[in-house]
Amino acid sequence: MKVSGAEIVVESLKKEGVTHIFGYPGGVVLNLFDYLYDAKDIKLILTRHEQGATHMADGYARSSGKVGVALVTSGPGATNTVTGIATAAMDSIPIVVLTGQVPTMLIGNDAFQEADIVGITRPCTKYNYLVKNIDDLAPTIREAFHIASSGRPGPVLIDLPKDISAGTGNFNWPEKIQIRSYNPTVEGNRKMIEKAVDEIAKSKKPVIIAGGGVILSNASDELRELAELTQVPVITTLMGIGSFPSVHPLSLGMPGMHGTYYANMAIQDSDLIVAVGMRFDDRVTGKISAFAPHATIVHIDIDPTSIRKNVHVDIPIVGDSKNILTTLNQIVRTQQKTQWTEIRKAWLKQLDDWKQLKPMSYKYSDTVIKPQYVIEKLYEATGGDAIITTEVGQNQMWAAQFFKFDKPRTFLTSGGLGTMGYGFPAAIGAQVANPDKTVIDIAGDGSIQMNIQELATAVVYELPVKVAILNNRYLGMVRQWQEMFFNERYSHSNLNVVPDFVKVAEAYSAVGLRAEKPSDVEPVIREALKTKKPVFMDFVIDWKEKVFPMVPAGAAIDQMIFDEEEPKKEKETKKLKAVK
Amino acid sequence: MRHTISVQVENKFGVLSRVAGLFSGRGYNIESISVGETLDPKISVMTIVTRGENQIVEQINKQLNKLIDVIKVQDLFDVDHVEREMVMIKITPTQEQKAEVLRLAEIFRGRVVDSSLKTYTIEITGDESKIEAFLELVKPMGVKEFVRSGKIAIARERSRG
Repeated sequence: MKVSGAEIVVESLKKEGVTHIFGYPGGVVLNLFDYLYDAKDIKLILTRHEQGATHMADGYARSSGKVGVALVTSGPGATNTVTGIATAAMDSIPIVVLTGQVPTMLIGNDAFQEADIVGITRPCTKYNYLVKNIDDLAPTIREAFHIASSGRPGPVLIDLPKDISAGTGNFNWPEKIQIRSYNPTVEGNRKMIEKAVDEIAKSKKPVIIAGGGVILSNASDELRELAELTQVPVITTLMGIGSFPSVHPLSLGMPGMHGTYYANMAIQDSDLIVAVGMRFDDRVTGKISAFAPHATIVHIDIDPTSIRKNVHVDIPIVGDSKNILTTLNQIVRTQQKTQWTEIRKAWLKQLDDWKQLKPMSYKYSDTVIKPQYVIEKLYEATGGDAIITTEVGQNQMWAAQFFKFDKPRTFLTSGGLGTMGYGFPAAIGAQVANPDKTVIDIAGDGSIQMNIQELATAVVYELPVKVAILNNRYLGMVRQWQEMFFNERYSHSNLNVVPDFVKVAEAYSAVGLRAEKPSDVEPVIREALKTKKPVFMDFVIDWKEKVFPMVPAGAAIDQMIFDEEEPKKEKETKKLKAVK
Repeated sequence: MRHTISVQVENKFGVLSRVAGLFSGRGYNIESISVGETLDPKISVMTIVTRGENQIVEQINKQLNKLIDVIKVQDLFDVDHVEREMVMIKITPTQEQKAEVLRLAEIFRGRVVDSSLKTYTIEITGDESKIEAFLELVKPMGVKEFVRSGKIAIARERSRG
């Protein structure tokens, strides 16, 4: 029986368990939208911009572990998704983006709203398709979800010409898929894993560096088991935040450019690095030739191209983190004779000393709001039970440094591409996937303006996301670099006119709150968390505040710059009770 | 180091651009590339000649393997193999040089595939050194056009009887 292309698409999505699509209509996808008009069990969230749709699909995916889906029209609709797709690609996030395309016979004719989106997105998707035959629709969608969510996950784009969604054909749903040229290695090489265990047993100064791959493969429990069994401290990269409880005694926080003193010192002094699901990004390693000079490196990653791309690796283990850590832990457990705690004593003492010497800190002020203080109060008020998204820049780093994460999939940030404008739509996507959770976007006044239109989406669908705008009237991170490295020549980093965010919120029928002094911070947060609507919290912060520690670009990661003035004074602030 | 890499790919539209994009997107160089269908029309073989430090070539091999449409990658660098390339050269000899061109073509087992009043077009097949040598010899006589197929390569069987 022949059915419409639109029906094949939507019913295939349902078979893949899709319940929400983030989308925006247009000429060549009208058949799809028409079918969705009375489709059951699948809901389309109408965004205000196609970039918002892809970031929402991304936030939905990161927070839930499911594949996020976006549906947009051809031409500008499709090109508007590119930033969202590249963001997902850099952070290995499974999303499927369906784009409309002009009718097959017009492709290549510079038709109205035509763009070669398959060509444009080839380098920033894991794979992409142009469907030319209706009978291929169902198998293509099946394959796309498989590719997006398996191996090293990533975005997949399917381009759907108008005549394909408008025509009729066969619904050929394949129960099984076999792609002969695509077989990601899941199980790690047993011999290599045994070697890694030997290294851990031999090592006097080991560290684990956990990345986003631990979260993607749901390996947090196994990571924790390994750390506790072998008494190896854990450093979490920006993408790995949440994979290991940051309040755990073995946690060293974040490494790299704005990492903690003790994480960077630990790496530089270590004799063994066990890297799990991370890719030695330049923001982590600093100057490559001076990175971890004494360390043997064990690298666990599902993507062979990540291994030996930036650093020399002694023991490569290709495969799924969860799978490999499980095997590793099994082998470790058989080695009962080793007195792990005893071996590690000196090293853990050294790390404790470093933690005491230079803890993460900032200078509290009674008169002007410090951004770090806002983050601390957000943590206290939520009891840590929240999904935090960020934009990019200082807000992102302060959130990573001062909020304490103890669960995976609770910190969503554009780590690889560094996309300003990511956090707000990602928060909306996360709220769709987690309707009962508190979702907060920690934003800057620059970033929030890059996708501020999505406030309408949050209002219409009654998604009570909260946005904490750390408002310093500057592109703060750019300003910080100009102050430190460009002789205080603030070229075009002063935003001059920043809208009244309270009025903006009100204009969209959301709620706007403002805090202008430190004593306003707690009441504003408490009020926002009680409100069942989207809220913009405008925190007027100290515009001079910088992110520290900082490793200058191109320096070794132990060459950190600290805030030169006095360390933070003991402050007497009552701890906020968690608001439920 | 120069590496010849043989890549089996799905014979689909867009595959060549995925492979080419892999190189261009990372600033790697392709010296030559040739593509053709295999006995199985659903599979093509690409022979790619590239150059780079060991670490870069390792990345190239891994990145090729990572492409969804790539079935198999074989770097022939450490493998005993046969390489061939075909070139066609349009030479413009003077009246006196014409016999010399034909003689050289014969020595190099070439074939005259076209001739006009003023030109001979010679086809030569062989490995790189043979082609370079022939080119050296005919260059002084004037080469009007020169096209090459790009290299193709195949691994030798281990046990030769």
